Amino acid sequence: MSVVLETKHINKYFRKPVLFHVLKDVNFQIKKGEFASIMGKSGCGKSTLLYILSTMDTDYEGELFLNNQLITGQDRKHLSYLRNKHIGFVFQFHYLLSEFSVLENVMLPAKKLGEKSFQEIEHDAIEKLKMLNIEHLAKKRASRVSGGEKQRVAIARALINNPSIIMGDEPTGNLDSYNAENVFNIFKQLSEEKGLSLLVVTHDKDFANKTDRIIEMGDGRIIV
Amino acid sequence: MTNWTVILSIAKTHLFTKVKQTSIAALGVTFGIGSYITLVSFMTGLNTMLDDLILNQTPHVHVYNEIEPSKKQPVSLYDNFKESFNIVHSIKPKMSQKKIHNALPIISYLGNDENVRGVLPQVKTQIFYIAGSIELGGNLTGINAIDEARLFNMGDYIVEGSAEALQTTDNGILLGIGIAKKMSLKVGDRVQVSPINGGIFPLKIVGFYQSGIADLDAIQSFTNIKTVQRILGKAKDYITDINVKLYDIEEALPLSKKIEQQFKLKAIDIKTANAQFETGTTIRNLITYAVSVTLLIVAGFGIYNILNMLIYEKMNDIAILKATGFSGKDVQLIFMSQAMIIGFVGGVLGLLIGFGLASIIATIPFQTEALPTIETYPINLNPLFFVIGFSFAMISTFFAGYLPSKKAKKIDPVRIIRGQ
Repeated sequence: MSVVLETKHINKYFRKPVLFHVLKDVNFQIKKGEFASIMGKSGCGKSTLLYILSTMDTDYEGELFLNNQLITGQDRKHLSYLRNKHIGFVFQFHYLLSEFSVLENVMLPAKKLGEKSFQEIEHDAIEKLKMLNIEHLAKKRASRVSGGEKQRVAIARALINNPSIIMGDEPTGNLDSYNAENVFNIFKQLSEEKGLSLLVVTHDKDFANKTDRIIEMGDGRIIV
Repeated sequence: MTNWTVILSIAKTHLFTKVKQTSIAALGVTFGIGSYITLVSFMTGLNTMLDDLILNQTPHVHVYNEIEPSKKQPVSLYDNFKESFNIVHSIKPKMSQKKIHNALPIISYLGNDENVRGVLPQVKTQIFYIAGSIELGGNLTGINAIDEARLFNMGDYIVEGSAEALQTTDNGILLGIGIAKKMSLKVGDRVQVSPINGGIFPLKIVGFYQSGIADLDAIQSFTNIKTVQRILGKAKDYITDINVKLYDIEEALPLSKKIEQQFKLKAIDIKTANAQFETGTTIRNLITYAVSVTLLIVAGFGIYNILNMLIYEKMNDIAILKATGFSGKDVQLIFMSQAMIIGFVGGVLGLLIGFGLASIIATIPFQTEALPTIETYPINLNPLFFVIGFSFAMISTFFAGYLPSKKAKKIDPVRIIRGQ
């Protein structure tokens, strides 16, 4: 199976307020279709690692590969493009653009990518919403839908450009158990049916136990 | 790879959901541009009017015989005193004639110059207006009335009668309005004038002259050149002044220098004669622009403030846009285009409001004794002002938007997302 995401000897330091070695020689791979979770205590560096993997944080040492291509040291414009095309995000807080409708929120990354016509994008967006059972919300303002629904909208947005990998930073951390279950099932389904790779940072042991693989972190190192 | 439709649609949504703030920012620009247009068209209108008041009646080059002392006194010609220090007390002006020698050939010579629009001879003399036993001192100038009206807008200052009437009436006089009031005369009456060297000539009043300068109107009258020559008992070539009007006012100084050299006459160009006037115009323009620029800078700060606030409010949006693949440049363009839209809408509205206000001012009655031809406030609606105003709106909003949008460009999405 092909490797979607790979890190080689990643080290990261926080310089403020004092020099602190957050990540120490992190090496791992995510294969295509794999549903992995990163666990660990608060402050062990798991979110920091995720943001390096997301290409948003470029201040690290080591090498990062996406689809077997080295992306360390690329310029920001190209990183934005890679993020747009290959990486989908789901955050703990839903982070929708509150002034836009649900449909517009979902369509935005595809419009930015600009590979498809407006009609195609709209069609795709409605497909994604249908898959997540929230197509009835399409025309609503993003600020008017509930928390569980927002998270599903965020997932639909992450899926719109058919990315290589979806990353989540505590995607269920802010949801009740029913909605958390719901979100997990969506992820599971995506992984099994669409062969999508997923990498989720979580605190939730139950959630992690149901994933294909748990990456345990402690003190900036990968333990398991 | 800039996707303008997406960027503009995001900018539009931001603006429309914050209609109140957007319109306040736009109104700042509108107010600035509107007052610039109003102010500048009103001020330049007034300037032009004041300039015309003096400059239109003033010849570009005025040629006459100056009464002045000889530059070289005879003692300095005498070789024996060459090495000594000479003091001459109570120097008298040199005796010379008032008339310009060979005036008619000079006039035809100047008339052939291609820079010259017209050459007008005048005969100036002092006379007395006689009312019973009272003699009022005054000036009588002989002119070619129709040419004066054509080249020096004389018609604007004739309040009753016309230049044509003066030209066609033998022994006619265009009387200063001040004299007419003093002597209770009306058009069609006769007035007796007497030159300094004696004699009385009755002249028929064909109209009244009002320059707006009361002192002048109390002494100055006009008649035909021929009439003055007859009153003075002089020949047809008796001309005391030559007024030249040029196509280009900048030619006045070189021409006056040339005339002085060539004909040994005094020639004064318009700029030397009215130097203080030019200064006034420059300073008024300076004030207009200083006030307008201040207004626009204030409007620019308004936009700067509102965009800055907007960016703080939209931190999360910016972070999410960047996380989903919008580059820093895209985010900057989103906020820049908001600033430019505000500038464009505010600027266009400002031009319209400025045009409206200026047009209203142009209809307000403005009557003054000094300016007989002006009925409403003078307005100069030069298209150039609209171009300048609009460019200024766009430039100031560009800079007002540039700094906040640069900040938005640099926002680190990780810090925002993790800081939540």
